[in-house]
Amino acid sequence: MSATHVGPLTFALVEPAKPIKAALALDRASVIAAISASGIKGRGGAGFPTGVKWNLAATAKDEHKFVVCNADEGEPGTFKDRVILTEYADLVIDGMTIGGYAIGAATGIIYLRGEYTYLRRQLEAILAKRREDGLLGKDVLGKKGFDFDIVIRMGSGAYICGEETALIESLEGYRGEPRNRPPYPVDTGFQGHATVVNNVETLAWIACIVSKGADWFKGVGTAKSTGLKLFSVSGDCTRPGVYEFPMGITVTELLKEVGGENAKAVQIGGASGHCVPASEFGRTIAYEDIPTGGSIIVFGPGRDMLHVAKCFTEFFVEESCGQCTPCRSGNLTLLEGIESLQRGQCSMKYLQELCSLGETMQLASKCGLGQSSAVAFLSIVKHFPDELMGRGETKLAGRA
Amino acid sequence: MASTTGSGVDLSRVPLSQRGHTINVQETEGTIGGLITVEIDGQPVKVPLGTTILEAAKRVGIRIPTLCYHEDLCVAGVCRICVVEVEGQRTLQASCAFPITAPMKVFTHTRKVRQARRHIIDLLLANHYGECYTCSRNNNCQLQALAKEYGVDFFRFGHPETPTYAEDRSSHSVFRDMNKCVLCRRCIRTCIDFQEVGVLEVEGRSAESKVVTFMDKPLAEVVCINCGQCINRCPTGALRANDPTDDVWAAIDDPTKHVVIQTAPSPRAGIGECFGLEPGQPLTFEMNTALRLCGFDKVFDTNFTADLTIIEEGTELILRLYKALVQGDKNIALPQFTSCSPGWVKYIEHFYPEYLPNLSSAKSPQQMFGAVIKTFYAKQMNIDPKDVVTVALMPCSAKKFECNRPEMCDSGYKDIDYGLTTRELAKMISETGIDLPKLPKSDFDDPFGTATGSGVIFGATGGVMEAALRTVIEMVCGIKVEDIFAHADIIPVRGFEGVKYAELPITAVGPVPDILKHLVPNWDWLKGAVVKVAVAHGTANAKKVMDDIKRGGKFSECHFIEFMACPGGCIGGGGQPIPTSPAIRAARAKAIYSEDAAYEIRKSHENPAVLKLYGEFLTDGPCGHISHKLLHTQYTPRGKYIE
Repeated sequence: MSATHVGPLTFALVEPAKPIKAALALDRASVIAAISASGIKGRGGAGFPTGVKWNLAATAKDEHKFVVCNADEGEPGTFKDRVILTEYADLVIDGMTIGGYAIGAATGIIYLRGEYTYLRRQLEAILAKRREDGLLGKDVLGKKGFDFDIVIRMGSGAYICGEETALIESLEGYRGEPRNRPPYPVDTGFQGHATVVNNVETLAWIACIVSKGADWFKGVGTAKSTGLKLFSVSGDCTRPGVYEFPMGITVTELLKEVGGENAKAVQIGGASGHCVPASEFGRTIAYEDIPTGGSIIVFGPGRDMLHVAKCFTEFFVEESCGQCTPCRSGNLTLLEGIESLQRGQCSMKYLQELCSLGETMQLASKCGLGQSSAVAFLSIVKHFPDELMGRGETKLAGRA
Repeated sequence: MASTTGSGVDLSRVPLSQRGHTINVQETEGTIGGLITVEIDGQPVKVPLGTTILEAAKRVGIRIPTLCYHEDLCVAGVCRICVVEVEGQRTLQASCAFPITAPMKVFTHTRKVRQARRHIIDLLLANHYGECYTCSRNNNCQLQALAKEYGVDFFRFGHPETPTYAEDRSSHSVFRDMNKCVLCRRCIRTCIDFQEVGVLEVEGRSAESKVVTFMDKPLAEVVCINCGQCINRCPTGALRANDPTDDVWAAIDDPTKHVVIQTAPSPRAGIGECFGLEPGQPLTFEMNTALRLCGFDKVFDTNFTADLTIIEEGTELILRLYKALVQGDKNIALPQFTSCSPGWVKYIEHFYPEYLPNLSSAKSPQQMFGAVIKTFYAKQMNIDPKDVVTVALMPCSAKKFECNRPEMCDSGYKDIDYGLTTRELAKMISETGIDLPKLPKSDFDDPFGTATGSGVIFGATGGVMEAALRTVIEMVCGIKVEDIFAHADIIPVRGFEGVKYAELPITAVGPVPDILKHLVPNWDWLKGAVVKVAVAHGTANAKKVMDDIKRGGKFSECHFIEFMACPGGCIGGGGQPIPTSPAIRAARAKAIYSEDAAYEIRKSHENPAVLKLYGEFLTDGPCGHISHKLLHTQYTPRGKYIE
């Protein structure tokens, strides 16, 4: 697949390796200051300010620090990292190298999604070329004392390994399960060392920010959600694909661009995101309103929203690591509830119980997966009550 | 990266995620002197930085319910029952896993917290098959207790009506019923991190998660050492010991059978806990009365054969040293390892089979007792050994495996027929309606009722070593132990430190005692020597010592090393009352040492009944032919690779 764009993506306009040169011309604190000033927040979806994260790692007292690129793109409906890694991997590596310089790490690790194994050879070739060009290895670009190299580690297909602490567990060779936080990876990460874990897209934007300046980035988007963002658009629209939009775009604007004007709902943020009904299409896609890691799934008028809820819940029943009770059993209980709704056998009282269970899952689960896995179900219950109750075998059979 | 579990067990192999973490926090106004004031339910409490919310709450008397948390184990934070609300945090936090690093306000029973806990209990019950009536943990189950505390009066999210998994009854020691498992993973953390054996792990994800052995094989076919530490830490009835009480009752009820029971010291120190007493109150003599009331024909003291073990094992050590040092035999394996802990024996068979020659060939006290009962005693009493049923009351689940080892039939019969745990005997006593703590005291039966303090302390880590040293010092040096150690308390080998090391210089030697005269001519060759000994309890510590020996480190130069599979020694055994904790084990150990101090005879070689046994039965002395046939055994190199 190639990126779908009317004009070129910003990434196409930044010359690889130049960002590193720009960064190495600054001292470390200034690099972090620039990242902080840009206001960029994590593009993986959680939206943690990258400058803050880097600053924590930079100030951690640790001789061995790590920069990890989270390339375990697994959120349903997300495929923008694949495009970045295919076409603009150099920028990602630039971003990692800048990160290594900024926090004082000598090693970068790309944790590559198992399904992206086919990209590995290409990435290794880029790394090899960069070593030849002095962009990786000892004294990067002649900068005395800055040694940095990158290795690739493969994931094995578990969604949960996109969660940064589960990713680190997986890197260490353990079962991919989230750790207790605190401590956070910036303090106690890979092999106990200070580690920053950044999304593929975040790192590519870092390269752009260093190259084009924090003000350029801050000039786009909203006050709290600065800059541009890539979106993976799929579902019931005429022009699915990868788009670059400024943060703060409204759902309506986005739908117009992708040919999804007649949608009845849009799932923003993948399976763990919000299901936004047509009545709320005026809302903005931004950390302060509807956050997303980039997944946009458009649902046309003919979609059965209960079926949508079921699909997402099935996904979590499959992908929960099974560690904590609310997520392990909660998702299954929700799924069984949805199935009883489909059969027309769920009482209003039990539906309320399920919603309150959903709240518990959001509050009491150990990691972001469990905390967000009930969100889609809850927003569908809230916005599409008419599609939930009064269903029966006959109606279901008719649909099939 | 310092981490403690309160037991001093090294956690170096524990996944980072499960270790305690050092929190580096800058001193700010709120955190002066490493102390920090937090508010829990409105109550201020000052705690050291890094203290968890759970611990901080305990300090002000606020109880937060827990399930996956266990004092002995590294933190998991997976059951989520202990969640609390922290002001400013969007989500609830697991109080067992949340280190306090800044002033904060915590609320432990808000609406959100109560709702979450209730839901978590409901979710656990929705996957917990089985009725409380038919459960070995009825009335001692943390899940049941939580359901009661939170007023569960119906199964909100359902309840399984059929079992999902087949029970695993393959092991002689540990039964597994995964239908009752709540996936708290305490057994896994016990096996991997606490004991470093590593038989159990989670397989599958999400609702398919399951605690499994390697390739989900039956427990009897994997490297399980039967220590039963997992049983002691299971909050529900998913793990329990193989219970032979029905068979024991049947033997008691059979008029043609002569049923004798031997009782080890640790159950006496622990059984009171099953009858509502605080830990650390021994009921040795009340228990004797109870056993007779239950219908056992004779009640003997395992300490008798503990003393016998000391003589045999001590003689073996002397012989090894003599052959190695005087006769220059290079094939003699040193250091000699103790062999009375069957968990440790199976551990070394699996993990260090190349060191089996170092393992003393002396049987454990339990097995020596069986062999003596079915030979010497049966003859003396004029009973056909086939009609003698030997029962052993042990703090141990591995003893059940030990008595079923095929080689343990040197008497011509199964040396020990049944191994009972402390918990199982408590159940038998309850069945009779006896109120154990209120019973009158009574003594052990002769001829094996005479014991010494040395036998008693076998129950605590370091006890075997102390008993051995008391005997060796007196036999070799010709002096009184009391001349070196006040009250004959050999303090350097006592206590709960994971690995202990002591050196004992032999400055003077005495005459060779009669009992050993046929083996060594004199002690001159030991004069000026320094006896080096070590003690390790818990297989995680045993592993440390073994790996050091492999590397040729300090412990490879020891002469004698005591190993116990269970943390704390037998008092922390897998057959002891549940729950267990460092404090409970310390209380039991205290009880044992106080019993030792009360004995008139405190040294194994002074036990008149033991000396009589050598005089009348084991006539060719310690490590002689008769004792070799009955009291010694051999081992099976098992390796850790499973077919």
